[in-house]
Amino acid sequence: MSLRSPLGKALGRGSAKQGVGHWWVQRTTAVALVPLTLWFAFELVHLQTASFDAVRGWVAGGFHPVLLVLLIGAMSWHSCLGVQVVIEDYVPHKGAKVAALFANQLFHVVIAVAATYAVLRIAFTTFTAG
Amino acid sequence: MRQRPLSPHLGIYRFAYTMATSIAHRASGMVMSAGLLALAWWLMAAASGPDSFATAVAVLGGGLAQGLLALWLLAFCYHLCNGLRHLNWDFGRGLEKVEARRSAALVVAATVLLAVAFLYAAFFAGVPR
Repeated sequence: MSLRSPLGKALGRGSAKQGVGHWWVQRTTAVALVPLTLWFAFELVHLQTASFDAVRGWVAGGFHPVLLVLLIGAMSWHSCLGVQVVIEDYVPHKGAKVAALFANQLFHVVIAVAATYAVLRIAFTTFTAG
Repeated sequence: MRQRPLSPHLGIYRFAYTMATSIAHRASGMVMSAGLLALAWWLMAAASGPDSFATAVAVLGGGLAQGLLALWLLAFCYHLCNGLRHLNWDFGRGLEKVEARRSAALVVAATVLLAVAFLYAAFFAGVPR
């Protein structure tokens, strides 16, 4: 049995190989979002004046559901990580910080699930030509 | 707990415009995070039915929402351009002060060009497909 404290054992052993995860995911989602958001922004220019049927047809058409789900996933994750850092930097009070971090994750999970559900529901209930 | 070193406080630095581009990256990111709500709502409305969709389109087509959409578009253009600048930094390139100042100016110029193009296409050209 060792008399050393858990902290004493951990000190000086380097990282737990997990701290880099946040940084890395922020970058991979950033790279993915460059083409995905540009594509979506170009499409939105047309979609903003489109009818109900036209919008559903576009969402359900071809490869769009896949791209949209990828976009929603990457965007929500990237956004969640970004807001998390802002909270960690600017909310000094411990309790408020924990509450804000909790609310941030809840917000992004709900947004991602709702938006993904909407895309899949449209994709599975809309029949498009070709 | 051991006392950890703190980075120097913001107040002691002389202002440089690269600081403005740094905080603007966070600000534009936060603005777009709020915009996710509109995206999810719009998609949910389209999934729910014609009535929900008509309501969403009416609200999103209103003055306040159009202003917000223009702001989100601007935030997107900036965050995209400055994000590419950040990715370049991650390769260890362009970190010298002179280079960072030059790329800051480049990002602002690219943002303006991209935003003007998008705003024109979205709000004035009326491009139907």
